[in-house]
Amino acid sequence: MKTPFPFSAIVGQDQMKRAMILTAIDPGIGGVLVFGDRGTGKSTAVRALAALLPSIRAVRGCPVNSANPADCPEWASVSDLEVTERPTPMIDLPLGVTEDRVTGALDIERALTQGEKAFEPGLLARANRGYLYIDEVNLLEDHIVDLLLDVAQSGQNAVEREGLSIRHDARFVLVGSGNPEEGELRPQLLDRFGLSVEVTSPDNIDDRIEVIRRRHAFETDTDNFLTHWQAEDAKLCDKILTARSALPNISSDDGILRACAQLCLTLGADGLRGELTLLRAARAFAAFEDTDQVTRGHLSAIAPIALSHRLRRDPLDEAGSTARVSRAVAEVLG
Amino acid sequence: MTGDTPHPWARAMRAMAALAVDTDTLKGMTIRARAGPVRQSAEAALAKLPGPKHLVHPSVTDTQLFGGLNISASVAEGRMVHDAGLSDRPGMLVIPMAERCSPGLAVRLGQILDCGHGHSLVLLDEGASPEEQAPAALLDRLAFHINLTGLRWSEASVSLPAPADIEAAQKRLPQITVPQNALESLTFLAARFGIDSLRAPLLAIAAARALASLDHATQVSEAHLTEATELVYPARATTFPQAPVEAEAEAEAEAEAEAEAEAEENPARPETQEDTKNETDGDLGQGETLPGEMLIAAVAALLPDGLLDRVTAKSRSTKPASGSGAGARRRGNRIGRPLPSRPGHPDGRARIDVIATLRAAIPWQALRPKQDHSRVKIYPSDIRLRRFEDRSDRLVIFIVDASGSAAMARLAEAKGAIELLLGQAYARRDHVALVAFRGTTAETLLPPTRSLVQAKRRLAALPGGGGTPLAAGLETAAQLAAQSRDRGLSPAFALLTDGRANIALDRTSNRAQAQSDAQRRAAHLRMFTLQGCVIDTAPRSSPEATSLAQALGVDCIALPRADAQRLSKAIDQVLDA
Repeated sequence: MKTPFPFSAIVGQDQMKRAMILTAIDPGIGGVLVFGDRGTGKSTAVRALAALLPSIRAVRGCPVNSANPADCPEWASVSDLEVTERPTPMIDLPLGVTEDRVTGALDIERALTQGEKAFEPGLLARANRGYLYIDEVNLLEDHIVDLLLDVAQSGQNAVEREGLSIRHDARFVLVGSGNPEEGELRPQLLDRFGLSVEVTSPDNIDDRIEVIRRRHAFETDTDNFLTHWQAEDAKLCDKILTARSALPNISSDDGILRACAQLCLTLGADGLRGELTLLRAARAFAAFEDTDQVTRGHLSAIAPIALSHRLRRDPLDEAGSTARVSRAVAEVLG
Repeated sequence: MTGDTPHPWARAMRAMAALAVDTDTLKGMTIRARAGPVRQSAEAALAKLPGPKHLVHPSVTDTQLFGGLNISASVAEGRMVHDAGLSDRPGMLVIPMAERCSPGLAVRLGQILDCGHGHSLVLLDEGASPEEQAPAALLDRLAFHINLTGLRWSEASVSLPAPADIEAAQKRLPQITVPQNALESLTFLAARFGIDSLRAPLLAIAAARALASLDHATQVSEAHLTEATELVYPARATTFPQAPVEAEAEAEAEAEAEAEAEAEENPARPETQEDTKNETDGDLGQGETLPGEMLIAAVAALLPDGLLDRVTAKSRSTKPASGSGAGARRRGNRIGRPLPSRPGHPDGRARIDVIATLRAAIPWQALRPKQDHSRVKIYPSDIRLRRFEDRSDRLVIFIVDASGSAAMARLAEAKGAIELLLGQAYARRDHVALVAFRGTTAETLLPPTRSLVQAKRRLAALPGGGGTPLAAGLETAAQLAAQSRDRGLSPAFALLTDGRANIALDRTSNRAQAQSDAQRRAAHLRMFTLQGCVIDTAPRSSPEATSLAQALGVDCIALPRADAQRLSKAIDQVLDA
């Protein structure tokens, strides 16, 4: 495997980077959706994020990455109980994947060759405590989407098939990317993503040149380039860890809660998930900015990425949802 | 050699040689050519490139790509036998019929390319029409897009550099330097041609380095940059650069002269080291005074013919939606009502029905030789796969009469109705297409899509006015219905017209002929579609529309003053009945 491009070396795309960092600080935010044209660095950013994330401690033989031996599922009959460091899982969910591969299923090999009934864990098990990445998420087949919807919400994967009845933890951050020209995303799935970002190619020629220059340096002068930027990545990683520990102490007063609710009311966002995500993401952002209180500034920075995909869509309204959010932000937060 | 530009074949060979030199960065190429001697020559040239090659059929299974359990061997041997997939074996993946490649496969191949395990990809594209193309997600990743359509076999004469030369070039590659301003000018150039993807300039730089290495140069020269941009940019361009006419003409002449020199030199390139060096020196001197205009002219000369249409239509989305549209593949046959299992070979997509497999094996147990420990002896032929049946997605084809000034208003309402239907398309599993007829012909304005973004762009500017070629409209709709049915959609239609056809199929203005043509086409369309409705848009309900609805076998709804909301509601009611 080639070393991924360093996260800090990605030029521009601040919203995308911010959204990804926030999910690293608080996985409970519930995932990032990145929509944009080809060649704008969506996949690069996701791969880079995987390399940036701090490692987790998990039982070595455990298929669901349990943090301590007591949590290992019974069905796995884990023999190697040593707790070791491993990189945060970043699991790819390819488009043509079968249900069996996603949820796990009867281990056909063992069933046919040894006549035993055993469970073979799937991608959801491997993604527990980590990230699940779906490229071209808008082309994902419906029946796979159905599986994900339930699991992403409950954090539990329940398998009831072929005489198996198994439950295991599957708490992961869902990261999806896609190109809106190739099809829309189902609203139910859209809602499961905490944050959504639209990326475009930089329209500024200097930025574009900088992208090319860095990428060229990465490919021709890999070692020097990595030495420089991996140090930056390490700094960012420390900052994420600090923010994580500071997160429980971030306070948000009534005024902020009221502003959140007012913002969602103004926009007519469906359900209450909008407010909750907005607040959670704003708290994580405040922690990242090293302050101990959520301010209105944090809210207005987070609102576009937390709310723009939750608006009820009016096909006859020409203005994009991002424009509507910024209008509402200006109205409510002043 | 045609004289003014390097011959396409010579260019193709240069691209192949460059690809062989820097496979890891350039990722691959797509060769567009119909089956024939020219394509055979291209394939023969490919076969001569160093490294292993694997032929991948577009319907390749995940097991073949990524490896997996070999069930037949496992059952036969009584232990697990895993097959290695193509992703574990670095090499060049050659994909014939690449225009048939599904978006799913495209993403998987993209992933294999992105891992950087030393894979490269050659797409052999046999698309007949401009819409038939390999998936854009792959095209964007591959450096070279070569079009050999229309070449004669006798023109395919230039051959590749010797393998030893390529190997030597590979060794020299790390030492090749790129002048500082090259990065800027290439990026700038990409922006001028409306190439959004930032992969393009990167691929162009890599291509220039590989070409320089092939030419025994130590630094990338202006000539290499020109050649690289000629190879990488034209197929990706979306706009013509805006430049002062005079300057461009001048630059073009220069570029042509330069290109000619290069073309003549091409075949003998590896041997003429001295010459190349001299030429490159001269070019560098020139490069300082000449801005990017020369590069621009060089690329502009090679732009595909269709670009002008695209530019005037102002829609980048005319890049085929069919290649990667979501519609066709959602046949949904992995969910839904279960059907009886059938025997088959597990390919990693279908699920094995364990119970049915055992049931199939049991009767034969007495006949099968007993082995030591296993209780049930299963042969690969016993394996049963699960099947499901699901209702396929529906395609609503709007056939809109855009003739005359009164119809203009209907067009706007049809647009509104289409957007409303698309807004709720996901829940209803509908795709929408739009056929408009006016003047003497009919046109598919919106190919089947479920994307609001795309629909809005296409609908933004719709022309109106002229005669009523009803028959032509019905004919186009019937073609669309036939196509979409082949792709697994169930077509339905909504026809908005007053039924007063006045242009016949042969484009003459003959009312009687037009009416009888329309009736015949209506009977034809009836064969393809199950549901539909005629919406009579005349101010007073017209007998023509009623008889048309009868010929189509559907209801006729008179809606003289419907707005978009009422229109979509009426269509909803008819189609859901």
